[in-house]
Amino acid sequence: MGFSVITGKVVDDGGGGELGIMEGDQGGELDLQVCLLSLEDCTVFTRKEILRLYHRYHALAPQIVPHHFNDSADIKLPLDLISEMPELKENPFHQKILQVFSADEQENMTFNDFLNMFSILSDLTPHHLKAFYAFKIYDFNSDNFICQSDLEVMLSKLTGDELSDEEVQLVCNKVMEEGDLDADGKLSLADFEYMITRAPDFMSTFHIRI
Amino acid sequence: MESNVHRCKVRTSGLSSLHLVIASMNPAACEGLPMSIELDNDESDDEEQDEETDNDDSDVEPQNSKKTAQRNRNGKRKTEQESEERSDASEEEKEEKSRKKNVKNRTKSTNRNNSDEAEEEITKNRKNRRNVKSKKKDSDDDGSDDESVDKKKKEKRGKKQVDSESEEDDNNKRGKKKDKKDKKDRNKDRNNKKKGSSRFNKTAKSLQRPPSMEGLGSAGRRRVLPLLGYPAMNIAAEEGQTVRSDDPVDCLLPEPVAGLLGQRGERGAKVQVHEELDPLPHVCAPGPEELQVPQRPLLFIKHQPQARVRFGLMETCLMLSPATCSNSEEESEEEEIITEEDMAKLKEEVEEKKKLIATLRNKPSPMKQKLQLLKEAQQFVEKFEGALGKGKGKRFYAYKVMMTKKWMKFQRDFENFKTACIPWEMKIKEIESHFGSSVASYFIFLRWMYGINMVLFGLTFGLVMIPEALMGRPYGSMPRKTVPKSEQNSAMNFATLWDFGGYAQYSVLFYGYYNNQRTIGWLKFRLPLGYFLVGIGTIGYSFMVVIRTMASNANEEGGGDDTSFNFSWKMFTSWDYLIGNAETADNKFASITTSFKESILEEQENRKEGNIHLTRFLRVLANFLVLLTLAGSGYLIFFVVRRSQKFAQEGLDDYGWWERNEVNMVMSLLGMFCPMLFDIISPLENYHPRIALQWQLGRIFALFLGNLYTFIIALLDEINLKLEEEKIVRYNITIWEKNLYNGTWLENSTSRPPLDVDPAIVPRGPCWETMVGQEFVRLTVSDTLTTVITILIGDFLRAVFVRFINYCWCWDLEYGFPSYAEFDISGNVLGLIFNQGMIWMGAFYAPCLPAINVLRLLASMYLQCWAVMCTNVPHERVFKASRSNNFYMAMLLIILFLSTLPAVYTIVSIKPSFDCGPFSGKDRMFDVIQETLDNDFPAWFGKVFTAATNPGLILSFILLMALAIYYLQTTSESYKTANLELKKKLQNQSDENKKRNKRNATAAANQMEELQNSMQNANQRATGGDMDKKPNGVNSSNEHSAHGAYPPNGKGMRLTAPPRVAVTRPPGPRGPGQLPGLPRYPGPQQYHGAHPRMPRGGTAYR
Repeated sequence: MGFSVITGKVVDDGGGGELGIMEGDQGGELDLQVCLLSLEDCTVFTRKEILRLYHRYHALAPQIVPHHFNDSADIKLPLDLISEMPELKENPFHQKILQVFSADEQENMTFNDFLNMFSILSDLTPHHLKAFYAFKIYDFNSDNFICQSDLEVMLSKLTGDELSDEEVQLVCNKVMEEGDLDADGKLSLADFEYMITRAPDFMSTFHIRI
Repeated sequence: MESNVHRCKVRTSGLSSLHLVIASMNPAACEGLPMSIELDNDESDDEEQDEETDNDDSDVEPQNSKKTAQRNRNGKRKTEQESEERSDASEEEKEEKSRKKNVKNRTKSTNRNNSDEAEEEITKNRKNRRNVKSKKKDSDDDGSDDESVDKKKKEKRGKKQVDSESEEDDNNKRGKKKDKKDKKDRNKDRNNKKKGSSRFNKTAKSLQRPPSMEGLGSAGRRRVLPLLGYPAMNIAAEEGQTVRSDDPVDCLLPEPVAGLLGQRGERGAKVQVHEELDPLPHVCAPGPEELQVPQRPLLFIKHQPQARVRFGLMETCLMLSPATCSNSEEESEEEEIITEEDMAKLKEEVEEKKKLIATLRNKPSPMKQKLQLLKEAQQFVEKFEGALGKGKGKRFYAYKVMMTKKWMKFQRDFENFKTACIPWEMKIKEIESHFGSSVASYFIFLRWMYGINMVLFGLTFGLVMIPEALMGRPYGSMPRKTVPKSEQNSAMNFATLWDFGGYAQYSVLFYGYYNNQRTIGWLKFRLPLGYFLVGIGTIGYSFMVVIRTMASNANEEGGGDDTSFNFSWKMFTSWDYLIGNAETADNKFASITTSFKESILEEQENRKEGNIHLTRFLRVLANFLVLLTLAGSGYLIFFVVRRSQKFAQEGLDDYGWWERNEVNMVMSLLGMFCPMLFDIISPLENYHPRIALQWQLGRIFALFLGNLYTFIIALLDEINLKLEEEKIVRYNITIWEKNLYNGTWLENSTSRPPLDVDPAIVPRGPCWETMVGQEFVRLTVSDTLTTVITILIGDFLRAVFVRFINYCWCWDLEYGFPSYAEFDISGNVLGLIFNQGMIWMGAFYAPCLPAINVLRLLASMYLQCWAVMCTNVPHERVFKASRSNNFYMAMLLIILFLSTLPAVYTIVSIKPSFDCGPFSGKDRMFDVIQETLDNDFPAWFGKVFTAATNPGLILSFILLMALAIYYLQTTSESYKTANLELKKKLQNQSDENKKRNKRNATAAANQMEELQNSMQNANQRATGGDMDKKPNGVNSSNEHSAHGAYPPNGKGMRLTAPPRVAVTRPPGPRGPGQLPGLPRYPGPQQYHGAHPRMPRGGTAYR
């Protein structure tokens, strides 16, 4: 199965259409192989999963992204389009997640970044890497610290402004009290990692199966 | 030395210097070039304008430009002549001479060839500007660019001034004659300049100012300016680290050279060397590719080992004289790596790169960077891997490398294949996104179970059923393989087959069908031994898998019992990223809110219990009720099994369907309704939901276990009955045989000749093993059916009813009473576990059981996936999946242990039936091992085995194991305590840290206040007495905003005046008191005490 993927055609049962490999000249195919291999090296995904993800990426904007997988470093999709994915749509943090993983500031995302995002969020990624990115995601004002305002933003996203101001304050204070080991009034990455490595659910909840 | 370096370097700068040379040598060639004709002396003019003028002039009046170029050439020639003269005149040592020559020329050109200099400057400035522009592509602000260029220019001017001073000293040494000549030349040049400017320059300013005055004036001004300009310059130089090598300024200026020239940022000095370029070989030119300015060359190389060879060369080139440089380059190109050290180093690097490739996916960097890194690393490895194995082992090394590559590729493909083989990934994913991870965890558990059962099925099917079916004696050849005459009429009835009687009973599906022949078929397959070993292997394999999974789960979970991060965990890990369904998301939001509220309440009330006596009473009552239920269900099962035995003894023909299936039905019904009863009872206890769920799971577990064990005890009773019956049957058989042979073979009954009797009419024993197997198979099937029916009625019909009757009903059914069903995770998991327990118990007596279970799991996978997606609604209260996973596994382990107990007991201590099954005729089932040892192994092995299995050895072995367990237990205990201590220590440390930081913060705040006070005093002193009346904070902040500097971060400041006002204000006209050389604010020492990251308000804000 896995052996024939590269030369033959991969039929994806999810989308109905077939996701073929460019059947061009030998050189193009070789390039493709190299590209896929390097993508495999950079992410936790297997070849088939990469192609499946490409199919998803293609399905987001069929008119922009070519149907066949090729070295598509220059193709970009706006973040709004990607946030329409069911995996991300309901996530209260999806905007921030996409921002963290997209390399450029123009609210666009290349396929490589797209792949990287799901690689980080997959269950094979080690704990510390996930913690690093979780920290980046929860750091809403991007000042490399999770401070009181970040916590408030997060709480309002999580609970949909159901809590009263005093409750929000109480929760934020408690979180700071628990996590802030160096008592500088904000959570640094080290604090966050210390806290999150002990969390029993982190690995299972900070995880998107694709 | 250094001058050589310098030369070398400048030569690399390519285009611009070439332009210059061309301009000076060939006036015609420079016509089209926008060369600098501008002879403006006033550098403070806007550069943009200058450039425009240049371009315009050169376009419109080419003759003029020609003339200017000619003039330039003339000037240049003169310079060269002079320099030759001078070099002839003085020093002897070559190095010194060349260096002095350089310096001389440089300064001379500064002083005399002002036209040339101006030209160069403009070119350079233009280039600089281009450079700056390319660096700051995004910043469209031309003004700032111009500013920086201006600054550079000024700075350079200052530098030149210094140079010219030093040059004057030089000239003094050399004598007045030359000096005079110099002066003459200078004047000439000035005249030229004047002409040029009068002709070309459109600004009147430069004309009006006499050149000598201009020089003086600029000197007076510019000596100060570099101080201001330098930082900007420096920043510009640091920003544009990567520049094109054809840029004259930024190309390859190593630190020492830069040091020679002065400050790194001052590029003006360098360019002047262009003029006296010797036609040296272009050894060191790096080519038009991008290079980095090696501010710290060594570090640079360390970071990018690929560049080492090339860059090392570059460096040696720069350090050595040109001749040696070219030689060394050739040599090193031929033999880049010769020495052992180098090779070892290279090998290390290659290994490092490989490691990098392997761990790249775990690096927190953006994808682009990763790909780049990967590419570089791969190229490096490819390039140098082959070079490593020079000499003898080269071929072997290459072969090894190739094989490693192939092996890696194979491994990768195999991994791909393995992941591709995991079934139902998409289905589970879909469920996960709709219902969250807890429901999905059930399906993952189901899939895992399916995997285990596939292995068990493979074992029994491949090693027991297939050999017997293919190579064993065919159906009807023996009494045990034939349906008895009395049953033959109904043997093919569906009811009988459904009951696993008739033809189903006398087939490979059950224990009784197997023959006790030692070997079967041409393969000489030892079936009895195989049967026994497969039975043992099934249990062993299950234990191994369950324990391993539990261990890995336990590793994953880590120390999750810590409750010190309650709120943090709720905050950061409560959202389940898997949720992709709006309804589930809403539920999740609600549940998160509730859990937060609960925790807040808990926090606020801090265990303020209500009526503790009432709660206790209710809990006791609830447990009492549960116990009653359990006892009742146990008794019911016992009663039913007894009754069924009675029915069985009396013959099943007189009874209907209910009586025949009473046991299974009762068990299934109990399994269905008792959990509901528990659900009703549990609110009495008023537990926290999670604890309540655990209680619930525990009770259901107890119920199932009780039922199972009642069932087993009843079965054991039945086995005993069958054994009694067997004795009677055996007696009867002897009588029957006696009748058959008319007593002729009575005295020698062991060697009966094979009789030509229909095996169907031979009387046979009850064969309790088959009976046990049948019971378990029936139970499994009925359990499956119950599950299906429950799903169909409880979920599907309910959903249909709610969905369609809702149109004509008086209240909202969907959100009202019946509503849709939730997926019952705990019940389903427990059902699965108990089903598995039955498989383990019964698999020995019914080899078909794993096969049936595989079918059942397959069916329930699809059915439940469908049912969940179309009839169920997401949970309101989602409980955690990861915790319960190991909880399930623990229950599975308990069940496995409990179910192997009776199976092992029956195998070890009950005599097998005399006329059915592979062990018939033996005293115990495990005798088959002894038999094999005796017959198939050499005698010594049997002796060793018996010696090894004698009680003394086994006892000592058990003792040893107990000791080992005890030891491990103790060690783990000590580890646990050590862990706890460490945790405590960490906690203490963090507390200490907190305290210390707080102390520091207060101290800093105090210090700041003091400083603020002292500063205020200083201000007051400075501003005079009338300020004293104003409040301090306002006073000082006003003062500072007026100065355009940062206000001190004090407590009161923040409150009175926003600090940013002063900073963001556009630079207005400076106050009269602001002299450029003086510091703008009272002094930097006022910030000493405060940490830069301190919150502005000090402790008041914390």
